[in-house]
This record gives sequence, structure tokens and C-alpha cells, in this order.
Amino acid sequence: MNMNIMNVDYSTKIPNNVNLAEDRQVLKALEGWHPGYIDWWQDMGPEGFQQSLVYLRTAYSVDPRGWAKFDYVRMPDYRWGILLAPQEENRVVPFGRHYGEPAWQEVPGEYRAMLRRLIVIQGDTEPASVEQQRHLGKTAPSLYDMRNLFQVNVEEGRHLWAMVYLLQKYFGRDGREEADELLRRRSGDADAPRMLGAFNEATPDWLSFFMFTYFTDRDGKMQLHSLAQSGFDPLSRTCRFMLTEEAHHMFVGETGITRVVQRTCDAMRAAGITDPTDIARVRALGVIDLPTIQKKLNLHYTLSLDLFGSEVSTNAANAFNAGLKGRYHETQIEDDHRLESSTYPVLKLVNGEIKRVDEPALTALNMRLRDDYSQDCVKGLLRWNKVISTAGYEFQLKLPHVAFHRHIGEFKDAHATPDGILIDDATWTKRKDEWLPSASDGDFIASLMKPVSGIGEYAPWISPPKVGIDNKPGDFEYVKIET
Amino acid sequence: MAGEDRRLAGGATFIDFQTEPSRYRHWKLAVDGEVATLTMDVDENGGLHEGYLLKLNSYDLGVDIELADAVQRLRFEHPQVKVVVLRSAKNRVFCAGANIRMLAGSTHAHKVNFCKFTNETRNGMEDSSENSGQRFITVVNGSAAGGGYELALATDHIILADDGSSAVALPEVPLLAVLPGTGGLTRVVDKRKVRRDHADFFCTIEEGVKGKRAVAWRLVDEIAPNSKLEGKIAERAKEFAAGSKRNGDGKGVALTPIERIIGGAGLRYGFVSVDIDRTARIATVSIKAPEAAPPAAIDAVLAQGAAFWPLQVARELDDAILHLRANEPETAMLVFKSHGDAAHVLACDAVLEANKSHWLVNEIRHYWKRVLKRIDVTSRTLVTLVEPGSCFAGTLAELVFAADRSYMLIGTRQGDNRPPPAIELSTMNFGPYPMSHGLTRLQARFQADPADLERARARIGDALDAEAAEALGLVTFALDDIDWDDEIRVFFEERASFSPDSLTGMEANLRFVGPETMESKIFARLTAWQNWIFQRPNAVGEEGALRRYGSGQKPKFDMTRV
Repeated sequence: MNMNIMNVDYSTKIPNNVNLAEDRQVLKALEGWHPGYIDWWQDMGPEGFQQSLVYLRTAYSVDPRGWAKFDYVRMPDYRWGILLAPQEENRVVPFGRHYGEPAWQEVPGEYRAMLRRLIVIQGDTEPASVEQQRHLGKTAPSLYDMRNLFQVNVEEGRHLWAMVYLLQKYFGRDGREEADELLRRRSGDADAPRMLGAFNEATPDWLSFFMFTYFTDRDGKMQLHSLAQSGFDPLSRTCRFMLTEEAHHMFVGETGITRVVQRTCDAMRAAGITDPTDIARVRALGVIDLPTIQKKLNLHYTLSLDLFGSEVSTNAANAFNAGLKGRYHETQIEDDHRLESSTYPVLKLVNGEIKRVDEPALTALNMRLRDDYSQDCVKGLLRWNKVISTAGYEFQLKLPHVAFHRHIGEFKDAHATPDGILIDDATWTKRKDEWLPSASDGDFIASLMKPVSGIGEYAPWISPPKVGIDNKPGDFEYVKIET
Repeated sequence: MAGEDRRLAGGATFIDFQTEPSRYRHWKLAVDGEVATLTMDVDENGGLHEGYLLKLNSYDLGVDIELADAVQRLRFEHPQVKVVVLRSAKNRVFCAGANIRMLAGSTHAHKVNFCKFTNETRNGMEDSSENSGQRFITVVNGSAAGGGYELALATDHIILADDGSSAVALPEVPLLAVLPGTGGLTRVVDKRKVRRDHADFFCTIEEGVKGKRAVAWRLVDEIAPNSKLEGKIAERAKEFAAGSKRNGDGKGVALTPIERIIGGAGLRYGFVSVDIDRTARIATVSIKAPEAAPPAAIDAVLAQGAAFWPLQVARELDDAILHLRANEPETAMLVFKSHGDAAHVLACDAVLEANKSHWLVNEIRHYWKRVLKRIDVTSRTLVTLVEPGSCFAGTLAELVFAADRSYMLIGTRQGDNRPPPAIELSTMNFGPYPMSHGLTRLQARFQADPADLERARARIGDALDAEAAEALGLVTFALDDIDWDDEIRVFFEERASFSPDSLTGMEANLRFVGPETMESKIFARLTAWQNWIFQRPNAVGEEGALRRYGSGQKPKFDMTRV
């Protein structure tokens, strides 16, 4: 591990730790792509605030012990860079048919198309979330939250750079074309939508933003973890560093929801409300009632489950067998890492019943990753429910059953309740507003979305954070709006 | 060996080629003035056999039977339709091609029959465009892979959505270790004139080609962003309709259900019957002439509709051939016989000739052409027996010329007071029914000396007895009553003893004498290359690509170049 690789070179226009200064071709390609990226950021990045000074962290190293520094930055001046985790010596392909062979430093010809597809799909999600969240700045509940939003946005932008670097460095002309396409597709656009469904949905309000960063960015985390195992070493290193940044995004989601729940519980107690399901009374306090939070959770969790694809998937099997995309914590799993003869239980719809069926483990990898994801999701719920029980309320937020509200996979043609009871179309139509946010729920939440931009002030539907960012207090001026 | 006999879904006991729009499970046919829209929306659970799901608009024979029915009905039932828009109802996928699990689990014979039928359907679409002025426009919104793209290739114009992900692909080589089975390779270079090096690249990448490159390389005709797609389709439909030569007016002819009885010993239709002798492995296909002369006026023909003899017989014969191909795999020979008054058959030919510019008559003539082509590519020994009481005249005489061997009786048979048989030629034997390689059966027959063709033409209208027919080269052998039974028996027994594979190859080689067309190339290459590759361990072995498809495990190839 030498210091040149640990530290980021800021001498080129594009900060990097991949020695771009000596890789003229790739540097040229990236510099060619840069203006289009800036145009995209101006068109599709955060609406307004582009000239505001935002207290952002920027990576200066890839050393996990200290890699970022904070300072005021105008977003278009953010130094988006190419950062790969340090190369591990003698790394081997940790799974699949090439298990134990030296990890690839160049793209193996036979997997070129598959690898490119994996990178393009991952890359497509990064700018998509920025596009989805672009209107949120103007209704931020505080400067602190506004900063967090913009931090998430610039880092998703950097993650796009990370994927574009791989495309341009390793995939020749096709890679350059794909890099351009990543800027051409737009979330929710009828002509050129983003590749995955959940990334074409709107993020209309801040509760959605917190849910998105908690649930959907967590899918991103799982995908990055699987790609971090890749036998293609540059992809592995890229994803490992992205995971360092991604942790903050989920933190924003988890603490955001905690603060919303906290505020609701505090307000209910102050008003002497004992029944948290008395929605009208709770809403009259100007806070979001717990049943509506549950509905939002139901929506975002299930949209995110869809991102894992079909439970039984040939593509996932091929990518694993080829050594390109592994399992969550692959190297810590104790098995043969080839999965040619083992099975994995998959929930399926069999003759109108939800049953667990053993499928070849190789084809059930999406199911396995989704199971790992669901387990990972539970942690936040424990925290939120602790807030509720500490406040003295008997109400629990729950993850809905995986058969509920699905558009991809085994349950896409069936309807189920959040408890996993199969129901017919008529019952679903009649009852779905009990489980998913209705138009009037959306209207209510929208009515609360009034911007609060005084230093240290917070909107009345959300509690202040316990601690600020970079050890700064909650009343720090995280965004200097007028400069 | 890949593929055991699969069970037909829903308790069916045979593969039925008859359907109609109200029974479609996979397609929707909507007609709006001059434009029809044929929407593919394959029912995952609607497979013809058990054991696979038709995901992502993938298809099996059942899906294609509906498509063939729709294309046929558009020609007969909708004379006003000038443009057919082919599109998908599925989100982000046009068609994923033939279902891989279906292929992996099918018998080789079923795969070949499936490919043959799907090829005939696609050729039929091109025939409709060329000869009926029903132009096809494909809208590819999503991915069109393998057979999905081949379906588009069979149409006149391909519009690809320019959304950054919609693409056309022929991934057979990199993904499945086989070849496109419905003319994809041939149409890419011969029809669309894609440069061969571009085609080489295109055919070796799984994900295919999209956007501007797809247009630049001629893989599609144009691209359109989603927001402009509907407008573009409407604009093109209008343009194609204006340029169509279709002259249909008034009402179409309803293709009413074919009346038939299917039993263990054979099939009974109105004019066609099939007797199956499973021991001798012979199916005898008999065609009856009309009882009376046909109406001469076109209005009366229209009034008869599907009951007009030439149309009814074409439909019955078509169904019988398809039934035999798919459901009677061990039948070695199809023996054609005919009965009735040759004058009535010729009178029908006269109606078909006198009214050939009428849309319905045009359709019937082209339909007969296609039925005869279907017989040409049927991998069974074709034999025609010209006996007393037969009526191999004009159109029906084509069955004599389509046969691998034909036998004609000299004189009469003892104890049979019917007159000696005759063959009679009409103008129908000299043009309207070309084979897939563009020659009429008589042209192909007389490759050695074109003067033979003229000698035959000079005898149009003459009742030719066996000796005359043999002298003109119209039959293989003329036999008298003494030799007939024994010669025929010995021939049948000998034929049935040969390897069916070598017979299939030999017959296909000998039937298509002379030049090639795109259509004949498609069948020839399917027979020679695709079927060979489909049999090889690299495709169907335990570790072959078709078997391993979907398991995530890479196939193991024998790397010897053959």
C-alpha cells in the first residue's frame, strides 16, 4: 500500500488515486465526459442552491481511518473524483468457477458483456436518485437536513463517476457510449427512463427521502457489497470505497425516520393523546401519525425488494458462476463458494399458496441477497420502535411480508396483505389504502413540507438531531443559502 | 439425448393447428380501418406442453399457431387492411424468441417441426406483404432477442424505441451455442443487407445493438423516442397504406371452423381424408373433386366463401399436412390420391384464372401456393398414385409434380369399369404455384431441357394417359395392372426400411433443383446447419449450452472445429 494510492491526486482536473495523470487516454475520455456531466448536474441536480455554500465532506484519501475533510463548497465546484480502495496483494477470485484463481486486473473477454451490464445497471441508479430528489431542497426542514440531502446528492454523483471510470477505462468505445447513455437516461422520463422501476418513482417529500435513503440506498449497499466481492479487481476496489460513503446515506435515512417518530411521540405525549392510531387528532398537531409512517415504510420497502429482481434468476447465477458478483460477505461464508450442488429455500407461489421451495443455490442468489437485506433492514425498526415504546405507546412499526405489493418476482401477479395473507383483486382494491399511502395521505404530508432555513431551526414535524455533522452542533450554519 | 416426449398441456391428445381470435391466449388482433394491430402478449402459463413457462413474450409452437392464424385471417377476412402493426403488450420486452426451456426439453423432431412451422409463418408474412399488399410494421419497444428479432426481420419496416435500452439481438451463438432458427442470419445479410462483418459482430454479442448504431448498420429502419413513437407509427402506417397495392373492397370471407373428425385411423374432412396405416407407416391423403361445377361469377364465389372448393380443399389439406407432421412422427410416406370429376377441378382452375385480379381469388391462388410449398418441405417421402377415378388435373396435378415418385396406371384394372386415369395440365401448372426457390414444379422437373417444358405446355387441356404422361416426363413410372400392386408394394416396403434421416436429407437435396432464393436458403440452412448443431453435444449434451442455460453454469464445449 503506498501513499500515492492512499492519497488523492488533485493536480489533474479530476481528483483521483488511479494515476490518471499518466493514463492519458482515460483522462482524455473523462475530461471529454466532464462537461456533459456538469450540464446534467445543472439540469437534473438539485433545483436551486447551486450557488449556496454547503458544508460538505470531500474525500482526500481512501484510508478508512480518515478519508474526508469538511468545508464550505458550491455544489458545481465539488471535486468529483475517481477513488478506488487500495489494492489487496495476491487477491484471488473468491467464488464461482474461477474460485482461487488470481483476481483479474483486466476484463476477461468472455465476460466483457456481462460485466459491462452489471456496471451499467449499478451506474444507472446513481444519477437516478439525484434526479428523484432534485426538488427537495426547497422544502428542507432545516439547514442540517438540507446539507445531508446535498451531501447524498454529490456523493451519488461521485458514484456515477466511479462507474463511468470503469466503463471508460476497461470497455473501449462501447464503454464510452454507455457512459454517455448514463447521462441521457432520466428518472421518470417517458423517452429514456432509468433502467430500474424504483428509480423512476418520484421522491415527493422528505419522509419519502428518509425512507428512500434507508430502504433503497440499502439495496444499493447490498449490491455494492456483492460487487465488492468481484473477481474483477478494479470493480471490487471501486465498490469497497463507495461503501464507505454509502454508510452516511443510510445514516441520514435511519436518523431521519427516528427524528420523525420522536417528534410525533413527543407531540402526542404533550397533547395527552394515548391512542397513536387516532389519526385525525395526531395530524391536528402538525406531525405525521405513526400509521402513515408505517404506510410509507410499506411502500418503500416493497419497491426496494423489487430491485433485487426475480428470486430465481439466470443472470444472477451466471454472474456468480463467472466470478463477477458474489454474495453479501462472501469471504466470510463457510461453504465451497461454487454452489454447484447446494440448494437455497425460496418463497414461491405454488398452487395459490405461499410455500418455501428448495431451488439450486446458484439460481437463488437474488433471494439470498434479499434475505440478507431484510435482516439488515430490521435494525432501524428496532431503533424506531424503541423510541415509540420509551414514549409509552403500544405501537410497532413492522416490515411487511415479501408477498405484499410486489411488481417483480414470484408474487407479482398475486395480492397479499402486509401479513402475507393472499387476497383477491377486489379485496386488494378495497383495502390497499389501509396499507399504502393514499392520495390524501400524500396531501397531508405535502402540507407539512414548509421550508425552514433559520440557523438551528427545525420544522415542527421533525426533531433536531442529537448531534450534528463533523462534530458541529445542530445550530451550525450547514448551508449558507445567500452568498 | 435431449428431450423426452413431453405431455401436452391441459390434457390435449394432439397438437391442433386450428384456432380463431376468440380463443387466442397470446395475441390480440384489432382492426381499425386500413390498419390492423397484432399485439403479442404471451400468457406465461399458456404453453402448449407442460413443464415450462412462456416468460418475457417467449414463444412455443402454440403461440406461433395463433400468429399464423391471425396472418391468414387478415388476408381473407379483412380485405380492407393494408397495414399490420406488430407490437408487444409487455413492458420493456418485445419478444424474447423461442422459449429455451421448451427447446431444451423437446424431442429433436418437435424442435425441427417447430422451426419449420415458424419459418413458414414468417415467410407467410412476407408473402402477404409482397402479394396481398398487407405491409407489416414492427414496433420494438424493449428487447427483441433471437426469434423476437427474427419475427421483426420478417416484416417490412422495423421501428426501434430510442430509450437507451431497447435493442435487437441474435444471441444464439454466444448464449445458446445454436443458430437463429427462423432465418435470422439469412435475412440479416440477404434481406436487410447488413454488411457481413457488422453481422458477424452483431451475432456474437448477447446484448445486441440499440439506437443509432442499429440504424446505421441497417438492423432496423428507424428509431424514435418513446414520446414520438405513437406518432411515428401512425405516420408510417398511413404512408405504407397509401403505397399498398391491396385492392380489397367489401366484406371479407369468414374462415369458418374446418369440419373434421379425428380418429385413430385417420382424419375426415369435407373433401380431404387421411387414412393412416401405422404398420406400413403410410398416410394416404385423398382429395375429392367438387360434386358440381363451381360458380363462374365472382359474386357467387364470394357467397360460397370458405365453402368454395379451392379454398376449402386448401384449408383441409393444409391442416392435414400440419397434423401429420406434428402428430404422426413415424409416418414414413404421404401417398396422395384423388377422386372425382377432373372437369370440375379444371373448372375451378378456370375461375381462379379468369378472376385472378380479384382480391379473394388472388388470396386463394397464393394460399394454394403456400400449401404446396408446405408439402415440398415436409420431411416425408411424397408419393402420388394416379389411378382410375382420379382427377389429377391442373392445381391437383401439382401433387404429382411435388412427389418424390409418382406412379400412373396404364389402362384399367381388372374388375374396375372406370376408364383409364388421365393427367390434365392447366395454366395453373405454369406459373402461379412456384416452389420456395422460385421455379414452378415443372420448371424444376425439366432442368435438363427447357424444351420439355414447352412440350408439356403445348398439351394444356389434353387428357394425358399413362403412356403420354410418361413420355412427357410428367410421372416417374407408368405401370400396367399386372405389375401395379407388386411394384407399389415393393417400393413402399423398401422405402420404409431406409433410415428416415438419410431419406430426409436426400429428398430435400433432390427436390429443390436449380437456383436458390432467400426463402429456399432459409429452409436449406435450417435443415443442414441448424439441425446439425441442434444435435451436437455442445448444444444438447448434459454439459451443453441448452441444457445448462439458466443454471448459471457455463457449458463445456468440445473445441474441435468440424
